[in-house]
Amino acid sequence: MMAIPLVGALAMLVPGNRFLRTDAAVRVFGTAVSGATLLVAISALMAFDFGATSRMQLEVDREWAPAIGLRFHLGVDGISLPLVVLTALLTFLCFLYTLRHPPAGGLIRLLTALILVLEVGMIGTFVALDLVLFFVFFETVLIPMYVVIVLWGGTGRRAAAYKFILYTLLGSGLLLAGMLLVGAKAGTLDMTELAARHGSGLSHGVQVAAFALMGVGFAVKAPMWPLHTWLPDAHTEAPTVGSVLLAGVLLKMGTYGLVRIALPLAPDGAEFWAPWLGLLAVIGIIYGALACLAQRDLKRMIAYSSVGHMGFVLLGIATLTPVGINAALFGNIAHGLITSLLFFLAGSVKERWGTADMDAIGGGMLGTSPRLASILTFASVASLGLPGLAGFWGEMLALLGAYRPHADLPRETFVTFMAVAALGAVLTAAYFLRMLAKLTHGPADGTASARTPAAVSVQEYAAWTPLIALTLLVGLWPKTLLDVTTDPVRALFGGG
Amino acid sequence: MIWLASLAVSLPFLAAFAGMLFGPSLTRVLGGRPEAPAPLRNGPALIACLPIAVSLVLAAVAAFVVWRDPGERTGELTVIQTGSVPIRVGLQVDGLAAVVGLMVCCVALAVQVYSVAYMRGDRRYSSYAAFVSMFTAAMLLVVYSGDLLVLYAGWEVMGICSYFLIGHHWEDRANSRAAVKAFLVTRLGDVGFLLGILVLGTQAGSFEIDEILRDQGALSGTTTTVAALLLLAGVAGKSAQFPLHTWLPDAMAGPTPISALIHAATMVAAGIYVVARLYDVFVTSTAALTVLAVAAVISMVGAALAALAQDDLKRVLAYSTISQLAVMAAGLAVGAYNPAIFHLLTHGAFKALLFLSAGCVIVVAGSNLLAHYGGLRRGMPITFWSMTVGFAALAGVPPFSGWFSKDSVIEAAQHAALHGGESTSATALHRFSVDDTSSLQWPGDVVPTFQKLPSAYQSELSIDLRAATAVVDLPAGVAWLVYLGLLLTVALTAAYAMRAWLMTFFGEPRGTYEIREPSRFMSWTVAALAVPAAILGFFGLGKEDLRPHLGAALLSVLLVAVGAGAAYLLWNRDPALDPARALGGVRPVLARAFYVDELYAVAIVRPVQALARYVVTFDRRQVDGAVVGTGRGARWLGGLLRVPQNGNAQTYLTGLLAGVVVIVAGVVIFL
Repeated sequence: MMAIPLVGALAMLVPGNRFLRTDAAVRVFGTAVSGATLLVAISALMAFDFGATSRMQLEVDREWAPAIGLRFHLGVDGISLPLVVLTALLTFLCFLYTLRHPPAGGLIRLLTALILVLEVGMIGTFVALDLVLFFVFFETVLIPMYVVIVLWGGTGRRAAAYKFILYTLLGSGLLLAGMLLVGAKAGTLDMTELAARHGSGLSHGVQVAAFALMGVGFAVKAPMWPLHTWLPDAHTEAPTVGSVLLAGVLLKMGTYGLVRIALPLAPDGAEFWAPWLGLLAVIGIIYGALACLAQRDLKRMIAYSSVGHMGFVLLGIATLTPVGINAALFGNIAHGLITSLLFFLAGSVKERWGTADMDAIGGGMLGTSPRLASILTFASVASLGLPGLAGFWGEMLALLGAYRPHADLPRETFVTFMAVAALGAVLTAAYFLRMLAKLTHGPADGTASARTPAAVSVQEYAAWTPLIALTLLVGLWPKTLLDVTTDPVRALFGGG
Repeated sequence: MIWLASLAVSLPFLAAFAGMLFGPSLTRVLGGRPEAPAPLRNGPALIACLPIAVSLVLAAVAAFVVWRDPGERTGELTVIQTGSVPIRVGLQVDGLAAVVGLMVCCVALAVQVYSVAYMRGDRRYSSYAAFVSMFTAAMLLVVYSGDLLVLYAGWEVMGICSYFLIGHHWEDRANSRAAVKAFLVTRLGDVGFLLGILVLGTQAGSFEIDEILRDQGALSGTTTTVAALLLLAGVAGKSAQFPLHTWLPDAMAGPTPISALIHAATMVAAGIYVVARLYDVFVTSTAALTVLAVAAVISMVGAALAALAQDDLKRVLAYSTISQLAVMAAGLAVGAYNPAIFHLLTHGAFKALLFLSAGCVIVVAGSNLLAHYGGLRRGMPITFWSMTVGFAALAGVPPFSGWFSKDSVIEAAQHAALHGGESTSATALHRFSVDDTSSLQWPGDVVPTFQKLPSAYQSELSIDLRAATAVVDLPAGVAWLVYLGLLLTVALTAAYAMRAWLMTFFGEPRGTYEIREPSRFMSWTVAALAVPAAILGFFGLGKEDLRPHLGAALLSVLLVAVGAGAAYLLWNRDPALDPARALGGVRPVLARAFYVDELYAVAIVRPVQALARYVVTFDRRQVDGAVVGTGRGARWLGGLLRVPQNGNAQTYLTGLLAGVVVIVAGVVIFL
């Protein structure tokens, strides 16, 4: 699965005059490679035994660096499978979108290669079962994303890219320290084995320290308040494709890491830090929503909305209950689908109006560009958590988890979190409706709307329709996803 | 049985998607003109109306089956494991659900047919019809749902459809604002509702309504009270009760058929329906019932007063909706379960009628303002007589439907007030046998198709009886408050109904437009709706607690006469002027509905906006500032460390010598 994009990326190193001379050919090539990856991912989905979702399946386990006990161990279970498929799908859709709408800045060959490397890193992160291997993939993602922002970004791209890479590298450093702490104390780096131990063999102090280190590392990525400030800048400056992958997949690596590594490896530490994690998550929900309410820039607003949504995911994790973790995994996928769609749309709006400033764009989009505005409305409504669409179930389950958290956690605190987070849902609705009212309603009075916007292109439809369909499917039939995740989540808590 | 219900729900749901995607193409296939197609060649209209008609038949069959063989039927589609309390996707049909579902289908069909003419030539008719279908599906889901979370899904989808439909004419910023306001205010209540569901579900270990009601005894009193109060927040939001009522009058910005369907007959009744559905939860909590009663009294009197002073016909009706919903809520609070549901049904009929006839008036006059009407009875007799029936039912003039239902609520409130606040009205009743139904004589002139529907209504009401004892424990003072509030409301309702009726249809015409009946689609629908609005009341005769009682009936008729008479006398002095002028200085206060909107703007909206602006500044200056500051600090530190490594040999040598001096000095001093 990972070999295909890797080979594709290497092929891009072949000089331009020998292989795929035109940009268009390169774009088609990228689409084909990521399409093939998606096919492999789907076949993995087919080969996956849904009767035993908590067992690692489709494993690869080879010696890698025997001297220090490293193994090349890959595999998927019910927790990682949806994310792997989501990643493959989003990368494919990004290429599809680029076919017609390449970001300004040229160098398509390089962009294609970078995104393919990015895909390797992202999928690798989700299937790695060895701590060091996980970390390698986790880091592989950073550099291509940095380059994508620096080369194809907006006006303030350089500062944004620096902030992005320094911030996340700092987080990674702490993460590595935490993982090595666990690895050194426990004597193995294999994640399945460590998870099966449920932290036995590690003293309480070690667990608390390890969870704190890994937690901060993942929290930077998630991002958790107050470690979020790299996100709005990176999102605002990144090209559409970059924003989509950043929001759709990169943020999920943080929360996935928490569920897959930090939680099972250091359960005592998790219990110690959970109330704090919950507190920061709830602050993030309210804070992100309030920040959105006063935003002028469309992309920046969507970026802050991610802070709020990931707050719900983190709140789910903080409850340390199966339902909370389910909420987190569901929220991950839902956010990946919906926010990617929103960023695609924001990119299209920016392409047509030349700006993402909401006052400049003005109103009346339902009149000037009805299709685009309708899809934007759909995505916003999904994002504000309407039942029947994907966004709702993650939020609802997180609240349910917070109402009755893990037995050892302070119940009153979490019930307060629940109430505050629920109010955050109202604010979420408020800023999305404000945005819709500003952009889609009213007369077309924007300063930037002099020319008539182009109709939605075939490639845009092709990139958006799967996301819309999946949002509907997962929302109307949440069983599809919950069935896959419930068993492994229960196993995470010792078979409970 | 359950497949009937699920089909009834899913047909409009599918129709919504089909209408949105294929409606306009179907018009082309049928050869209709894209601009203003004939009704039978109008793709979106066909896709919208036919499924609802089928749903209506299905709902009628379901109701018929429940009538023949009372008892509830549940069906489970699937169970969703969540890791904690599972969600059971299932439906449930019992007497209450069957009769309300039937009412929803009737009104929805009437509104869809009416809209074909009302929205003719509208560019966005296909999306409009699709959202109405979607709304109908959501409402039916709420009605038939057997699980609280499934109910919540329908509940929220109704809210978003309401948002889209209020904002249908989005070119005007005012409409857009009204839509946003409606959604946000109800959403605020819905947060409480969702939390209430979670509390109940977690305690009972299931979200299934039956399960929760069965476990009611085992639950602790505090939990029930908390859950009931949280649920009430959602009910107040949806049913536009104080203090979350402010969205409803503004929601009148939507097209009039929408006001009839969503903001009068169905969605706003959903709140009352949920209280009835979870009645056992509420009955066990005195605190919740007291809150419900007090909110209801404030809403019913306040809204009736506000309705007196409105200039806009639709806003008069909107405030009257708030007031009438409060009557139902008050009925539930004093234990009058059947009367409240009865009033819900009659209100659905007469308020839909009133709004649709108001739509006829608005189309003809081209204005919403009462001041622009006058003398309309001559040109539009069908509308005039239908609306007269509607107003009479609203005011409670015997023998129209509203009189029966309101009277039974008042009777129950009186009973509660006089007997120490304990009403056991529901227990005193006995099951109404099927034989009694057939012995009832039907008015001969009723159209056969309509004969079927009210008969179903009728039978449903009879099986609606609660087998369980509902002993309501309400403080006597609150019961008195409810009773007096109801009486006051009766008089006020008669006064504002009379004022609106007189100003619209009597006196000299004040407009320059031609007075004529609108399209037949519209006037006939209105005439058809007038039938149930007029006669629905008689179907309660079979039951003890729905029958008019002499004392209460006389009192309320007297109050109606006082209210209506006062309005008539004021109007009669000068038919060209608004009788509301007699209110004098209080009038602006009432017209602005006691400035609640302004209060909320100052107390909630502006602080939140200010806070949001502050957060953005804080984020840039403090949080991000700290990050950037760290970066600068690191660079400064790096700059310091760079000095010894700048490649300048002289500096290195100086440093070296200085070090030697220091070491030597140290050696000399310390040794």
